[in-house]
Amino acid sequence: MEIDVNKVAMLARIRLTEDEAAELGPQLSGILGYIEALSEVNTDGVPATAHPHDAAMPLRANIVTNTNRRDELQAPAPKTESGLYVVPKVIE
Amino acid sequence: MPFSSLSQIKEKLDSGSTTAVEVAKIYLDRIAAHNDTLNAFVHIDPKHVMDQAEASDKYRAKHDPRPLEGLPIAVKDIFCTQDGPTQCCSNILKNFHAPYDAHVITLLKEAGAVLVGKTNMDEFAMGSSTETSAFGVCRNPWDTDAIPGGSSGGSAAAVAAALTPAALGTDTGGSIRQPAAVCGITGLKPTYGRVSRRGIIAFASSLDQAGPMTRTVKDSAMITAAISGHDSRDATSVNDAPTVDWLGACNATDMKGLKIGRPKEYFVDGMDPEVRASVEAALKQCEELGAEIIDISLPHTEYAVAAYYVIAPSEASANLSRYDGVRFGHRCDNPEDLLDMYTRSRDEGFGSEVKRRILTGAFALSSGYYDAYYLKAQKVRTLVQQDFIKAFEEVDIIATPTSPITAFKLGEKTDDPLTMYLADIFTIAVNLAGLPGLSQPCGFANNMPVGLQWIAPAWREDTLLSAASAYEAATDWATKAPTKFGGEA
Repeated sequence: MEIDVNKVAMLARIRLTEDEAAELGPQLSGILGYIEALSEVNTDGVPATAHPHDAAMPLRANIVTNTNRRDELQAPAPKTESGLYVVPKVIE
Repeated sequence: MPFSSLSQIKEKLDSGSTTAVEVAKIYLDRIAAHNDTLNAFVHIDPKHVMDQAEASDKYRAKHDPRPLEGLPIAVKDIFCTQDGPTQCCSNILKNFHAPYDAHVITLLKEAGAVLVGKTNMDEFAMGSSTETSAFGVCRNPWDTDAIPGGSSGGSAAAVAAALTPAALGTDTGGSIRQPAAVCGITGLKPTYGRVSRRGIIAFASSLDQAGPMTRTVKDSAMITAAISGHDSRDATSVNDAPTVDWLGACNATDMKGLKIGRPKEYFVDGMDPEVRASVEAALKQCEELGAEIIDISLPHTEYAVAAYYVIAPSEASANLSRYDGVRFGHRCDNPEDLLDMYTRSRDEGFGSEVKRRILTGAFALSSGYYDAYYLKAQKVRTLVQQDFIKAFEEVDIIATPTSPITAFKLGEKTDDPLTMYLADIFTIAVNLAGLPGLSQPCGFANNMPVGLQWIAPAWREDTLLSAASAYEAATDWATKAPTKFGGEA
């Protein structure tokens, strides 16, 4: 199966170099070719797995448990200012 | 001492014949002597280790010891720890310091363990050989030209060479069991939902589970007992999971009345004949211990790998979208605009295997392909799970080889991603079905360790531990260790 690797890369927000795209394209086709085997399986009426044990999502009490740790949580950020994350200009 | 089990070290600590500080020194010295050869650890802070050991000795002087008091345990670089870096062996998380501890790290600390350091792994746990690590390959102590398995290869190599008596790994498609097998140690993947995933860097959230990698079965039970239990901060952690008598299960010395299923799909042409012979011999031994071996079939086995390589990359592509250069992790220099920042940061930060998986997942989830790939795979997953449920109506436990081959040479499979994916052919179905699995050493093939895999029904880790303990008591494979690192062959 031929896939447009640059299009998929853009969906995943990864910029591939030309060399990377040339290598990944055929590899992805190979992987997807292998996955094609799934189409042989009859899954009519079979439910899709969501949780392996079909467990219900447990609810918890709506109580605040976190303290304000903004400085620690922002410490790993590449760039912050006045408690805000700084990114390149979005609106001209 | 270095090749002692956790429970042996615990006895010495409890009797007062050694201290946590002495134990920590022994392993720190071994790490200093051998880590350059193996690259099993990617981060070690000796002072911090000694501080924890001293604190443990002080605690013991005043209180009853906690379950893992003073015992050194290494953890894979995937567990968030407030102390030291957490990098998932990826450049995108280079020098990342987590602002909180993973829930299992908190539990290990509360149990008195001394955390030794961070072990090497495939980048984001994506791999079967630890060759995709951004911090260099890790080597197998039995043959330093061979892979230690993966993705928890650093944890496996560290335990096998006695750089630590035990370690934590994570298992998404076999990443605890396969490296344990090829490094000749024991590894346990608990039932999905048994152990909290909070603070474990996510790969594929419906498959990921943390577990121990140890020298003996009982050691695995000791650690699993400490790290399991419901955590309200992990929505998939199960809050009414049946409990298990972890240590009691390890007292088994025979297999009388145990029905062991031998699935024909796991004994196939193309597997290493010596691996097959080792596992067949192990099953014979189980019969001598009183077990009944029953031939069974798990008919959807051949589709498990394909389903996995849709589901795991799809979940990974969603989970790894958080690495955007905004809140943490790598950001490229001088981005032109927001899109340039996202795309270039991610290209620079992720290694090629991670990109391959993200792209596979992004494709499988993309408009027009979702039903044919993701939804189809989740339906096949249900069939794989039903195979096991049906088999467990007839047998108590299933035994298979953990891997069809022994450790291959470094670089041997890096050119073809698909052959690498097939290294996990016998471990993946267990994750898809959310079942507990254990690998233990059962012999050698081509002078390299072979693993025997046990698979039990959900929540029946006690069945795994009893069978594995009885086998371990009747054989001496678990005592073998690589002579190059001072072990007994």
